[in-house]
Amino acid sequence: MKENPLRKYLRKGSLPHFFCSGCGAAQVLNYFVRAADEIELDFDRLVAIGGVGCAARIPIYLHAEVLHGVHGRTLPWATGIKLHNPKLKVVIFAGDGDAVAIGGNHLIQAARRNLDVTMIVVNNLNFGMTGGQAAPTTPQGLKSTTTPYGNREKPFDICKLAMTAGATFVSRWSTASGIQAIKAIKRALQHQGFSLVEMVCQCPTNFGRRAISSGDPIKGLEWIREHSVTEKKAKNLTEQELSRRFVLGNFIEKSEPIFEGSSIYQQGGE
Amino acid sequence: MEINHRRVLTGTHFMLGNNAVVEGALTAGCDFFAGYPITPANEISERMAERMPQVGGKFLQGEDELCSIYALTGAGLAGAKAMTATASAGFNYMQEGIGYAVASEIPLVIVDVQRCRGENFATQADVMQMRWGASGDHELIVLAPSSVQELFDYTIRAFNLAEKYGTPVVVMSETTIALMREKLVIPEPGAIEILNRKKPDVPPEDFVPFRAGPDNVPPLPDFGEGYRIIHSLNPHDEHGGIAWDPDVFETLYRRITHKITENYDDIVQTEDYFLDDAEMVIIAYGSETRPSLDAVRRARSEGIKAGLLKLITIWPVAEKQIRAIAESVGIILSVEMNLGKYAGEIERACSGYCELRRVTKNRGLIHTTNEIYRAIKEAAH
Repeated sequence: MKENPLRKYLRKGSLPHFFCSGCGAAQVLNYFVRAADEIELDFDRLVAIGGVGCAARIPIYLHAEVLHGVHGRTLPWATGIKLHNPKLKVVIFAGDGDAVAIGGNHLIQAARRNLDVTMIVVNNLNFGMTGGQAAPTTPQGLKSTTTPYGNREKPFDICKLAMTAGATFVSRWSTASGIQAIKAIKRALQHQGFSLVEMVCQCPTNFGRRAISSGDPIKGLEWIREHSVTEKKAKNLTEQELSRRFVLGNFIEKSEPIFEGSSIYQQGGE
Repeated sequence: MEINHRRVLTGTHFMLGNNAVVEGALTAGCDFFAGYPITPANEISERMAERMPQVGGKFLQGEDELCSIYALTGAGLAGAKAMTATASAGFNYMQEGIGYAVASEIPLVIVDVQRCRGENFATQADVMQMRWGASGDHELIVLAPSSVQELFDYTIRAFNLAEKYGTPVVVMSETTIALMREKLVIPEPGAIEILNRKKPDVPPEDFVPFRAGPDNVPPLPDFGEGYRIIHSLNPHDEHGGIAWDPDVFETLYRRITHKITENYDDIVQTEDYFLDDAEMVIIAYGSETRPSLDAVRRARSEGIKAGLLKLITIWPVAEKQIRAIAESVGIILSVEMNLGKYAGEIERACSGYCELRRVTKNRGLIHTTNEIYRAIKEAAH
């Protein structure tokens, strides 16, 4: 039997994966290896980082250097790695909890510094691995195990947060827009500086069943598609209309000096 | 500080304790420092910000202690000799990262300048937290310097032990010595033993990353050398794969514990003063060894056969040395600058062989020689 040409990027013996059937995180893994293949990413120099959560398991399947298992600290890890060896390519796979709940301050600071890493935020709109609790990304009014009467909190716009803090490449796509997602991941990997790609994705087991009353992954994808709007169309919508929408697009791409440390020696000082 | 590009400042200095830590780290080969501002550890960060770039190392001012400790683990896996410095309240935050470094077997050094809660007064009240702060079954090596010279020397030793055993090592400093200026002698670089981590001697395809020899310490390649290892906090097998298997859990936790406990004789160090014919012995660590030794000398001058066991390695506990003393003397005095914490460990090591008295003080001040001398006199009656 012919082997899938992308299989070479996966760690031997790591499959079958542990994701639920129809989980969007597995799609993101697929998109990443496609993007990596197209740009011929050197896996000997790749450090793939996951924190804790479902998306954090993505790096486990990659045949790269891997860090895993601590919630919210992906960017501090990455900062130490990049400062010591700038030649390494660091890619972070973070869930929304990792990225903007427990790790929120690290995200702001890494974006501010323009740390030269790629962060793929797999936003499944809830805490999936722990059983479906509300996250800082859960849309208002929707149910979760900790919002049985509907979420009362206003969710984060991860992309706006990253841009405001200083990220130099920011885009948002979803598991219902795979082709654009792969293109965005490619561009993010080729970008010098802090690049963030938010991937809105379905979580059939938890978010699906509780928030949108269906554990069917296809229904989850349809729900994302129905609630998505392109950047261009979003310009004609009111804030109210946008409050339940995922605006898709490549929002920013600019070149700025990357972070090389908090103290850089200069002869004689300044 | 004058600009000096030498890594090792060989010579005789009159130096602040915190600065001696920095020079010790540089001498040991430290090339990555991350820290978050906190008094009374700030001079360490400030001097590192100046010195690191001079010797080609990297300095990071983290957004918090969590950033600092995890940046160390990332840099450590990328091949750096990494250090951070903090003080008690900041050390709280670092426990999470210390637990990760233990489980993932990453060499790094943490300097904790102990202070009283919220204030910068002298204390040794974190002596138990040093060892037990992080979650999970683990051992931790902690060294307790008592002078500026020892801050320099023990920081080097901390790096050497971290590299040798693939584990975080804590230098337990105190306000007392960190903010003290004393004579410091820095030898020629060639006269100082520097250890580096063991690297794999087989190519990636033959390498089993968490398989260790008799010393229980697996070799550690740098990121980018092609070994492509998973470093997870989760229970992992010899290949690094996350495993849901009780046998894997036990094998891993026993190995990372045994690599410390079974190398006791290499790791645990103490110093003896007047122990040969002692009838009562003070056991102390850190700055408290200094008034203790003065008090012992004064007692000796009056014919009281007192002695001192100074603990250099405070964790693991010097059980063999303490037990040997307990078997031969009538009374042990445990002197420490807290309400009596480490005394429990000494009592356990004595296991009923002799009486233990606690000489405690927690009012932001080191014991005076008089206070300890009085305790000796009382015990002599």
